[in-house]
Amino acid sequence: MNTVDMQQLKAGEVNLGTSIMAVQFDKGVVIGADSRTTTGSYIANRVTDKLTHVHDRVYCCRSGSAADTQAVADIVHYYLQMYSQQYGAPPSVHTAATLFEKLCYENKDQLLAGIIVAGWDREVGPSVYNIPVGGGLFRQPWAIGGSGSTYVYGYCDATYQEGWGKDETVNFVKNTLALAMSRDGSSGGVIRLAVITEDGVERLFIPGNELPRFWEGKEVLGQDMNKTFTHLAQMEIEA
Amino acid sequence: MDSSNIYKKSGFDFSNQIRNNFLAAKGVPVPKATSTGTTIVGCLFKDGIVLGADTRATAGEIIADKNCEKVVNPSCCGAGTAADTEFTTALISSNLELHSLSTGRKPRVVTAMTMLKQMLFQYQGHIGAALVLGGVDVTGPHLFTIHPHGSTDKLPYVTMGSGSLAAMAVFEAGWKAGMERQEAIDLVSAAISAGIFNDLGSGSNVDVCVITKERTDMLRNYIKPNERVTKERHYKFTRGTTAYQSENIRKYIVDESITYLTGSATTATTAEEAMDVS
Repeated sequence: MNTVDMQQLKAGEVNLGTSIMAVQFDKGVVIGADSRTTTGSYIANRVTDKLTHVHDRVYCCRSGSAADTQAVADIVHYYLQMYSQQYGAPPSVHTAATLFEKLCYENKDQLLAGIIVAGWDREVGPSVYNIPVGGGLFRQPWAIGGSGSTYVYGYCDATYQEGWGKDETVNFVKNTLALAMSRDGSSGGVIRLAVITEDGVERLFIPGNELPRFWEGKEVLGQDMNKTFTHLAQMEIEA
Repeated sequence: MDSSNIYKKSGFDFSNQIRNNFLAAKGVPVPKATSTGTTIVGCLFKDGIVLGADTRATAGEIIADKNCEKVVNPSCCGAGTAADTEFTTALISSNLELHSLSTGRKPRVVTAMTMLKQMLFQYQGHIGAALVLGGVDVTGPHLFTIHPHGSTDKLPYVTMGSGSLAAMAVFEAGWKAGMERQEAIDLVSAAISAGIFNDLGSGSNVDVCVITKERTDMLRNYIKPNERVTKERHYKFTRGTTAYQSENIRKYIVDESITYLTGSATTATTAEEAMDVS
């Protein structure tokens, strides 16, 4: 009776029913996200930026409760500022990911946060870390997250290849997110991308009317109907 | 764990919660908090921010205040639980003043936003304050929404409260980048009016607040679309409608006057004085 289901959002809480993604390539990482924030069935923000800066070359993609992930990202941002001041050098992506993991794991009873940390550092170059809801920490060549990700695991498994350059990776992220957004009602809007390399962070924006489009079905009624029926009729004759 | 401690630090006091839960379990109806079922909006224009609010406060289906002020201080509009929005904004505005005094700098909108979101997150949504925060500082104009759980959004036009859907429809149709002052005021009042007329939780008048780098103008009751008109008919009866019986009772009053006999009264007095002496 009194047990609290913590995998559930609190009543009226703002949700990032999301599609997020990060992929590493030879020179850096590409991160991307949709832009939808919802409260129940209402879209509270249709142009949200879920790609959050935590340090010069380290970003995170947020999914889950908006309040929780913003609070965690703000704390990590603060810790990394302190870190770079004290050590006189930027933190590694692993350091940032570990901070996220600590906060997410130690407060797992109170948080609903699925975070992907990605960036570039001097030690290992580009890297992507996935921190799912329980507070685990996994380094992956590519990671997807949020409610929309479940629809595109198969696409990612079938498509991803090692050794891509920037443009191929950007296209992979763009296509994956467009597919996820078209199937998941809690994801949508625009695609926001960021390419993090040693040289800097380049931000890309794909408006909602310029998303990659895939097969969307054809008109059943109208002109194509005759074609369909003649086709079916022929099949019957053949049979 | 379930005991209330009287030696509490400053801040919100939850010591009555145990009692209230007990009473609720016994079947005593829980009193309703005054909620500002509201339309509040904010909108960016060429030189600053325009905030807007309706003026209805409700407690259940009763309108508790027909002309309340939801533009709390001239930078913040509150929706949600009336008491919570009032006290959180008062606390943060006090802390912001102290902060600017100790740093020797003018306060920034992001500072207020961060203070509010950190406090609301700490209370995990139990403080039901939903806010639109807008203002102009050294870094330019900024507009935020803050939800009760502590999440924030930064947008060029925002709406909150129960009338937010109606108001957002107006903004989505009419907002343009780089609007003039009067254009923005008109759009904001149209958005609030949409909330007043289409949302049951919102009503009465339109309050508008214009914030620019130079000055802040509070346009209280900018539009009054729901003023009470003088009634065309009334319930007063015309003279002579009701029959009545009258009776004059003055004639029963008897006029009496008493005249004292001066001589005997004087004698008595002297006798008493004489007695006193002996």
